[in-house]
Amino acid sequence: MAAITLLEAIRQGLWEEMERDERVFLLGEDIGVYGGAFKVTEGFVGRFGEERVIDTPISESAIVGAACGAAMMGMRPVAEMQFIDFISCCFDILRNYAATSRYRQGIGIPMVVRGPCGGGVHGGPFHSQNVESLFLNTPGLKMVEPSTPYDAKGLIKAAIRDEDPVLFFEHKFLYRNPKIKQELPSDDYIVPIGKAATLREGRDLSIITYGAMVYTALDAADKLKEEGLEAEIIDLRTLLPFDREAILESVKKTSKVIILHEATRTGGMAGELTAVINEEAFEYLDGPVMRVTSIDTPVPYAPPLEEFFLPQVDDVLKAARALAAY
Amino acid sequence: MELDKAKQLELLFFMRLTRSLEDRLDNLYKQGKIVGGLFRSLGQEATAVGSAYALDRQQGDMLSPLTRDLGALLVQGALPREVFANYLWRASSLSRGRDQNIHITDLSRGFIGTISPLGTLIAVMNGVMLATRMQKKKAVGMVYIGDGGTSTGAFHEATNFAAVQNLPLVIVGENNSYAYTTPTTKQMRILNLADRAKAYGMPSEIVDGNDVLAVFSSARRAVDRARDGGGPTFIEAKTFRMRGHAAHDNQSYVAKEVLDQWRKRDPIAHLERALAENKIASGGEIEQVNKKVGSILDEDLAWAESQPSPVPEDAAGGVYAGDTGKPKAVSAGSEE
Repeated sequence: MAAITLLEAIRQGLWEEMERDERVFLLGEDIGVYGGAFKVTEGFVGRFGEERVIDTPISESAIVGAACGAAMMGMRPVAEMQFIDFISCCFDILRNYAATSRYRQGIGIPMVVRGPCGGGVHGGPFHSQNVESLFLNTPGLKMVEPSTPYDAKGLIKAAIRDEDPVLFFEHKFLYRNPKIKQELPSDDYIVPIGKAATLREGRDLSIITYGAMVYTALDAADKLKEEGLEAEIIDLRTLLPFDREAILESVKKTSKVIILHEATRTGGMAGELTAVINEEAFEYLDGPVMRVTSIDTPVPYAPPLEEFFLPQVDDVLKAARALAAY
Repeated sequence: MELDKAKQLELLFFMRLTRSLEDRLDNLYKQGKIVGGLFRSLGQEATAVGSAYALDRQQGDMLSPLTRDLGALLVQGALPREVFANYLWRASSLSRGRDQNIHITDLSRGFIGTISPLGTLIAVMNGVMLATRMQKKKAVGMVYIGDGGTSTGAFHEATNFAAVQNLPLVIVGENNSYAYTTPTTKQMRILNLADRAKAYGMPSEIVDGNDVLAVFSSARRAVDRARDGGGPTFIEAKTFRMRGHAAHDNQSYVAKEVLDQWRKRDPIAHLERALAENKIASGGEIEQVNKKVGSILDEDLAWAESQPSPVPEDAAGGVYAGDTGKPKAVSAGSEE
């Protein structure tokens, strides 16, 4: 079996779920005849028809609102945001309707809203964002971001089968990256939501990360090894609800923590994880929890500006060395 | 479609039930038993009742009312005791004390509670109708929006989506002349909400929202069209909000003469007059309706007041499937 890209893994996951369960349907902009801006759903309309692969107007609120209503009625909608930046356009529906439904009225919304996130492709301020912190403070939603083809396929299936609304972030820098291709098992597997993965074991410090930054962390860990530092890398995979046990276990083991994410710094995932570590593993720490993140600006377009904006391997190394000195 | 005597009396019953129920809610609010806000539909009962009456509950028709559509909710099958219990934040209420006023839902009876941001439920009802269509059901949906609500982005996105998808949906636009304190002249530069529908290629009708029979006829045409595959319809019901936005609002911004004028067009008096003038029902029969409403409300309010309140810890849990709630975190490590 050939190795496949992260994009192809998502495509396979969607396809297999649609074959398996006729309640699953897709809706979004340009997803049908054209197959989606990134071609994730290419060929789907031919196999599943226009009723299950719906080309919609440019109306994110109407798209996600329709997904909510259909999910309440027993369907399993998967809505595509052409770029995840546009999810802000349907913030009301997600925050006020989808996230509150089970609590208010005892009715779950088994819906997936998926789309490409992240920078590194010179997409500028509106095609490069990471939006997880907009929703981290919204009880009732789940958020997932895979970093490998294996996880992407297993998590998209788990998200579709989940009883609650799941935001599924697909890092576009990883979509077709040939370096991360994997051969996937041919059986029907899922990757459970809420479970992190330890990508690399180490005793000296923990790097907690997710999405494309996983590869920045791995590169940094290779360099740190040359300096005699063994970094452990935790890939969160699920951002909400995040895997407290895996985080705390690693922190207790290494006592030094870097939280690395591509989203901007203030009010980000790293702040929340730092608070949890502070509350629950304070006495294990041998230094401050360090944040390595993008800077607090919109995502700039020009390559040198974007490179400065995004966390780089060197930024991780600096943080690791500072931490090692404690 | 002509309604027989029994059905016309039933329309009267639901309008009376709505008004008297809200009168009692008003009292409970003044007694401090209802907290938060109290939203009345005084003067608009015909719009809510007449439109919902056109749905066919046997066919699985679905309805999502706004706060001023208590009458529609009652027609669709919600019980006065459920409305009392929710307003009185009882543990056994449909929202279990978690949401206000008539934000209550029961999919099996075909009603879906609204949320406070306006226009959102049109988008949600689109999905409900997409689902029923995929499930090969012949259900029709009805969803409500006010004059102010038609200024939201969600309204425009969702109305357009309904039209493009040719969904079996009836959108009832209640033009009660005010959005909180803002008159429609400051909401839009058109006289009729129905003009909005034209932009989406959607058929529309304008109806006297205080004439329950007229509202019913218009809604029935729209429901029939939707069920026959003719797609969505927008109905503008012209009416007037006879109270402030909520109980705290004394409506000082509305001229007394305007209110006096609309008071003469009271929807309940209008139907009662028609029933008498056309010799459809006697004064005694109309009085019987009032008595029936009174005894139902006595019984249902007593039931609701006897129900327990939620315990504080009921605030936790139920956010996700299988979520039974956690103790409140008070200090480091307490969540473990």
